[in-house]
Amino acid sequence: MSEYKKPQSEKDFSKNFAQIKPLMSDTEAYYESSRCLFCYDAPCVNACPTGIDIPLFIRQINSKNEMGAAKTIYDSNFLGHACGKVCPTEVLCEGACVYNNTDVKPIEIGRLQSFATGKAIRTNRKFYLPGKSNGKKVAVIGAGPAGISCACELRMMGFDVDVFEAKEKPSGLTVHGVAPYKITNEEALAEMKYLQDQFGFHITYCKSIQSKEDLSTLENNYDAIFIGIGLGKTSDLKIKGEELENVIGAVEFAEQLRTKHHQVNVPQKVVVLGGGNTAMDAASEAARMGAEVILAYRRTKEEMPAYDFEYELAKSVGAKGLFNVTPVEIIGENGKVSGIKLKSTSDGNEFIENCNWVIKATGQSKQIDLLRLAGISLDEKGRIAVNEEFQTSNKKYFAAGDAVSGGQEVVNAVANGKKAAWGIKEFLK
Amino acid sequence: MADLITNLSGIKSPNPFWLASAPPTNSGYQIMKAFDAGWGGAVWKTLGVPVVNVSSRYGALNYRDTRMMGFSNIELITDRPLRDNLREIEEVKKRFPDHAVIASLMVETKEEWHQIMKDVTNAGADGVELNFGCPHGMCERGMGSAVGQEPKVLKTIVSWVKEVATIPVIVKLTPNISDITRPALAAVEGGGDAISLINTIQSIVGVDIDKFVPYPIVDGRSSNGGYCGPAVKPIAMNMLKNCAQHPGVNIPISGIGGIENWRDAVEFILLGATSVQVCTAVMHYGFGIIREMVAGLEQYMDEKGFKTLDDFRGKALQNIMHWEDLNLKYKIVADIHEEKCIGCQLCYTACEDGAHQAIGLKENGADRKPFIIEENCVGCNLCSLVCPVEGCITMERRDDGKQQLTWKERTLEGNIPKTFNDELAGGLHHWVPEPADALRKKTPLHYKSV
Ligand SMILES: Cc1cc2nc3c(=O)[nH]c(=O)nc-3n(C[C@H](O)[C@H](O)[C@H](O)COP(=O)(O)OP(=O)(O)OC[C@H]3O[C@@H](n4cnc5c(N)ncnc54)[C@H](O)[C@@H]3O)c2cc1C
Ligand SMILES: Cc1cc2nc3c(=O)[nH]c(=O)nc-3n(C[C@H](O)[C@H](O)[C@H](O)COP(=O)(O)O)c2cc1C
Ligand code: SF4
Ligand code: SF4
Ligand code: SF4
Repeated sequence: MSEYKKPQSEKDFSKNFAQIKPLMSDTEAYYESSRCLFCYDAPCVNACPTGIDIPLFIRQINSKNEMGAAKTIYDSNFLGHACGKVCPTEVLCEGACVYNNTDVKPIEIGRLQSFATGKAIRTNRKFYLPGKSNGKKVAVIGAGPAGISCACELRMMGFDVDVFEAKEKPSGLTVHGVAPYKITNEEALAEMKYLQDQFGFHITYCKSIQSKEDLSTLENNYDAIFIGIGLGKTSDLKIKGEELENVIGAVEFAEQLRTKHHQVNVPQKVVVLGGGNTAMDAASEAARMGAEVILAYRRTKEEMPAYDFEYELAKSVGAKGLFNVTPVEIIGENGKVSGIKLKSTSDGNEFIENCNWVIKATGQSKQIDLLRLAGISLDEKGRIAVNEEFQTSNKKYFAAGDAVSGGQEVVNAVANGKKAAWGIKEFLK
Repeated sequence: MADLITNLSGIKSPNPFWLASAPPTNSGYQIMKAFDAGWGGAVWKTLGVPVVNVSSRYGALNYRDTRMMGFSNIELITDRPLRDNLREIEEVKKRFPDHAVIASLMVETKEEWHQIMKDVTNAGADGVELNFGCPHGMCERGMGSAVGQEPKVLKTIVSWVKEVATIPVIVKLTPNISDITRPALAAVEGGGDAISLINTIQSIVGVDIDKFVPYPIVDGRSSNGGYCGPAVKPIAMNMLKNCAQHPGVNIPISGIGGIENWRDAVEFILLGATSVQVCTAVMHYGFGIIREMVAGLEQYMDEKGFKTLDDFRGKALQNIMHWEDLNLKYKIVADIHEEKCIGCQLCYTACEDGAHQAIGLKENGADRKPFIIEENCVGCNLCSLVCPVEGCITMERRDDGKQQLTWKERTLEGNIPKTFNDELAGGLHHWVPEPADALRKKTPLHYKSV
């Protein structure tokens, strides 16, 4: 039994996908900011990959200096608004808040962060000017969190920056992958525009860098190249029936949802394969689209790599967990999915779970071909190998984000995209 | 069962909780409602020649999420005709004969004082309170705090009133004076039956930093206000203690200033108050707070075995001495109860930056729980005040409790520092880091250094 009705309109959709971290009102922000203790050497700061001075910005909100708060945030994190909404704060800043050591709930740092930055974006309050031109040019491949963060920092240091993006919109997975109840497209894109207005980097959309020729052109026209291409499509499971219609990758499903909202036709019964955060997202999303969802994972519940709160969220919207099962074969009728054969990892028994959709949340592939063309060494898992300056084996190329980490969070991509910009500056000195 | 019956120089009330003369006592309607809710007495909004008020009238000091911890007003005395007030006093007294109705008064000439005394006595008031406290507006006209600040004038007016008074006369004092016992003594000399304190403190409660005008804003301008509410309680209690300890001020005192719960009331009574008066807390939360006040006071008295208010009135006074009589041998140090510590390190930074560098952090961030460096601890207890966790930092006694030596005794023995570099300097052997250590110290990364 699903708890959500299938959304028939945009209105239904936004109801089913209501923001789990909605914007705070002035009153809520004032009261919440009042609770912050202004800890010394605050553990929340140390838990933030971008090192935002959290007690400072919260104190600024409390003294009604919201713009000052927004600047404190942006000084450390160019995607301050998006991060406030999509970061897994439970395991980052909020998870480190000293209030966790009492029975008092931790400060809602993420929401306070989005509150302050949201005001700056809505009033288009500009904090930065591009640096004085140093005559050097950098190309950025990919307008995701890593690429945009790198571009902003480079512009601040006086580089000319051109961004090349395969899709027609900026912000990478923040718009195309993250669950719709975490951030809306409008919110993500508004921050992108806000940043572009201030930093003045140029983005060429619908320009996928694919061939040797593309790369040579960049190499000839730019002093350095930053790669922020993230990961690729959902990897294949390599089981029978995978080619059937209605077998879909979790990342592709998320992208469809983010672009088509209620028009995505999710059938009645869905099996999600996987135990990571992406699997939890897919399960939550399918449930909110009105489907009955089974989350099938090959090991125990405890062994799932997903954060506990993500599993709880999926459960709370009706997804049911099925553990210690591996997929054997996807069964079809007339080219469409009708069920999935699962095998118990404990007793080896096989059984069929009827369903109309299978979502594979079994990891994303890497864009190995392109990286090979650029002569960039990869590690054994296909991730780009970089040094501390985020420089690749091909000295002209720097990289950060999921393409380097193999898949982390938006905030890590932002942090490291910025550090790569410092590496580029060092390299071009 | 505790008996809360109160008698202030003959003014009786079922409990010591009175409404102070202010907007909550503007009308018979409000006072009946308050008595019905459980209040023991009410000092009527000051009567006199009716005024004309401005709007707005109030400003507040908010502290973080706490609204109105301080409150400031530029309101004057009653703006209602005397006859309406007199009629309502009569009506209230008829319905509530056992409750205290006190008429607050403020007029100018002797004739006016005599006339208004007669009027309110006829209306049935149980007593009067002479308002020599209002620190805004009325003082510009030679009344209110203009009287309270001139002991001679105050004494004269009190004696005028006493010439005709047949009911007890309370003199309400202004805190806008350096020695509160001077007007208090003048009230005694003039024949006053009791004093009440404090009225509001002259204040600028805040400034609109965009319009460059202090609050409250009246058409782009402002004026100084009178400050009250929880923030003024410590000042009020000190003035109460000064009067209560003064042998010359031998008349009862009604305590006022920042009282909002039973605990505040107990503190005032322990410092010598006979009744307590409340304004801001009622303006903030309404008359209903009396439920908590009465119940709390009763429970406190029952727990302590006090039968009447007299059993503990002024009980804290005997323990308030001059600084020179305090025991210099008494030694306490801070103790952190690690099991309660949440690791905010506020104690560390408070002691490090604001006290005596007596708290350390564990090496390599083993955990975030600070430790006390006992030999540096002077026992100031700042850390225990900033710690957000109840009972996490306690102050532990280290002396054996047998020795006693006061500054006065040391002075008599000639055993005190007398010159600038005296070897007897209290802090001489106390460890202090070298100044430049400040710049070598490892501070967290996000603290910008200039
Ligand atoms: C389903 C899902 C849910 C997630 N949910 C969260 C979440 O809730 N919170 C969170 O913090 N993180 C989440 N993440 C992780 C997060 O989205 C990524 O860590 C982050 O977006 C990585 O940023 P990036 O810039 O490295 O890559 P991406 O965001 O993937 O951006 C890469 C960009 O490069 C473009 N690109 C790729 N190849 C080329 C090319 N050859 N030429 C030109 N352009 C190219 C892409 O179109 C894209 O715009 C989620 C990830 C997924 C898959
Ligand atoms: C709005 C306002 C008006 C007041 N008017 C009078 C008054 O007319 N006469 C008077 O004696 N005191 C007046 N006061 C002072 C109060 O009676 C009282 O002394 C003061 O507020 C301190 O007590 P509190 O902080 O507990 O309220 C007024 C106070 C306020 C806030
Ligand atoms: S740990 Fe919590 S209370 Fe302390 S500064 Fe950070 S948000 Fe504030
Ligand atoms: S009592 Fe004072 S000196 Fe001692 S540790 Fe606490 S703050 Fe420091
Ligand atoms: S202030 Fe209290 S809770 Fe905070 S670190 Fe110190 S002892 Fe621990």
